[in-house]
Amino acid sequence: MTYIVGTIQPKKHSQVYWLFSDSWVLIQRSLKHIFKNPDQLLGLTIQPVMFMLLFRYVFGGAISTGGTSYVNFLVAGILVQSVAFGSLTTSLSVATDLQKGLIDRLKSLPIAAWGVMMGHVTADLVRNIIQAIILILVGLLVGFRPLASLLDWVAILGIVLIFTFAISWVAAIMGLLAKSIEAVQWMGFFLVFPLTFASAAFAPTSTMPWALRVFAENQPVTHVIESIRALMNGLPVGNHAFFAVGWCLLITALAIPVATRLFRQHTGR
Amino acid sequence: MTETFAIQLCNISKSFQGNKVLDGVNLKVKKGTILALLGPNGAGKTTTIRILSTLLKADGGEAFVNGFEVSRYSKKVRENIGLTGQYAAVDEFLSGRENLEMMGRLYHLGAKESKQRAHELLEQFSLTEAASRSVKTYSGGMRRRLDLAASLVATPPVLFLDEPTTGLDPRSRLAMWDVIEKLVEAKVTILLTTQYLEEADQLADEIAVLDSGKIIAQGTANELKAKVGKERLEIVVHEKSSFKKAVEILNIEAVEVDESRRSISISTEGSVGEIRRLLDKMEQAGIEVEGLNLHKPTLDDVFLRLTGHKTEQEREHIDS
Repeated sequence: MTYIVGTIQPKKHSQVYWLFSDSWVLIQRSLKHIFKNPDQLLGLTIQPVMFMLLFRYVFGGAISTGGTSYVNFLVAGILVQSVAFGSLTTSLSVATDLQKGLIDRLKSLPIAAWGVMMGHVTADLVRNIIQAIILILVGLLVGFRPLASLLDWVAILGIVLIFTFAISWVAAIMGLLAKSIEAVQWMGFFLVFPLTFASAAFAPTSTMPWALRVFAENQPVTHVIESIRALMNGLPVGNHAFFAVGWCLLITALAIPVATRLFRQHTGR
Repeated sequence: MTETFAIQLCNISKSFQGNKVLDGVNLKVKKGTILALLGPNGAGKTTTIRILSTLLKADGGEAFVNGFEVSRYSKKVRENIGLTGQYAAVDEFLSGRENLEMMGRLYHLGAKESKQRAHELLEQFSLTEAASRSVKTYSGGMRRRLDLAASLVATPPVLFLDEPTTGLDPRSRLAMWDVIEKLVEAKVTILLTTQYLEEADQLADEIAVLDSGKIIAQGTANELKAKVGKERLEIVVHEKSSFKKAVEILNIEAVEVDESRRSISISTEGSVGEIRRLLDKMEQAGIEVEGLNLHKPTLDDVFLRLTGHKTEQEREHIDS
């Protein structure tokens, strides 16, 4: 008996049903990657932990943060930076899928193939949460003493997820535009490095030169950091949370249509 | 469109940055048959497949798969096709089984049925033992088999195979041929691209030869071979001085003359009588023959005959 030709016929359901079903299958696929590729998770976690130790013990003593202890100041910065770099995994995954021809195959199926990007973005959300938990635990070991309530932590989680979602879709665009896997790496670095270092991540912006200060105080990453920092330390959030969420929603609203459009147009090799 | 053809290309053209890759391609593949699209690198084979599988829009012309025009009814077309590209398009981190199950789910077979289908295909492609290992650990041949299996999950009536055996070792190639033959028995329509005449000959009902974006010949393997001659005999003359004379004598029959190697190639039946006749001719003229080589016709011979020039690869080879 030969099974080369199957006898199973496709099932009949509504288009909406399949949209969710297909997305879920592709999300499951990306989630499996997290644990089938532990090196990646390890690499993404070790770097921010090293940064935490570096700033906590090497540079921290020389940075004045006013009322809060430096480690309490630092954790929010490192957390957001690691989340931003973590979100770049989507670039790498999308570029790899393109190169391997997997996206071609998915596009030749009767499905909404851009769900493959949705899958990678979702994997970033889960990976970033794992990474954030490890980072906060390490923070507690080196003297981080948060004053956040349970509700504050829920708000922090929410901001981290919204921020990851926004950056991951931008990362998807970079993955689609990159000509090679190597290009993805510098493109991501080029985007995330200035946004996270020219920010309030490691030092207060008050000592920065004027132009840098204007940029640092108004760019999205700083608002995200300041919101999380205030929530962690039980301080008033002010309008940072408003700007942080606003920026993220705006970036997401712009990035998703661009990414799906690029995805459809992509002719590959 | 008429129902007897599963694949039809009418005057399809496509350019990339002003570079004409397809220049009015016309092609028809009857339902339940296998057509080999034969051509060197850069002839436009992959572009043709990409247009038919809705991955690329043609600049001009119309293409139909099972009666559906590819750009207007792309979703319908996608329900009717399976695609296996030049690169094994499988997920490296997932296992073979997970890859096939995922494809089953995406072809909307349902979760339980996808599992069953994955199981069947793994067995069929001798991958059962490796089924739980991640694809990263697979050999090239295993990846290709998995890749082909992935395009068969839903048993599409039309299958596109883009150079399915390029880069495979001889054993894996034979295994792949075996699978393709079974598919033909099951009445799947197949469009296969290849650089190897031997492969087209072995598998295809019909062969179309693509060169610089145009179909320059189409027919059965025998019809094409009749144009090329069954075998090719290369006569190498001993002395340079007598080479010219030999060329004159054999002029009408010569397919290719290579002065640097003092060789003259002739299209022949390859029979002993024929070879003897040619050698006698040379002896009568007092030309000493250094060696004889009998070749099966290659893609290059087909090209040389049909276009009067060698394949791009061969030309590059000579230029360098």
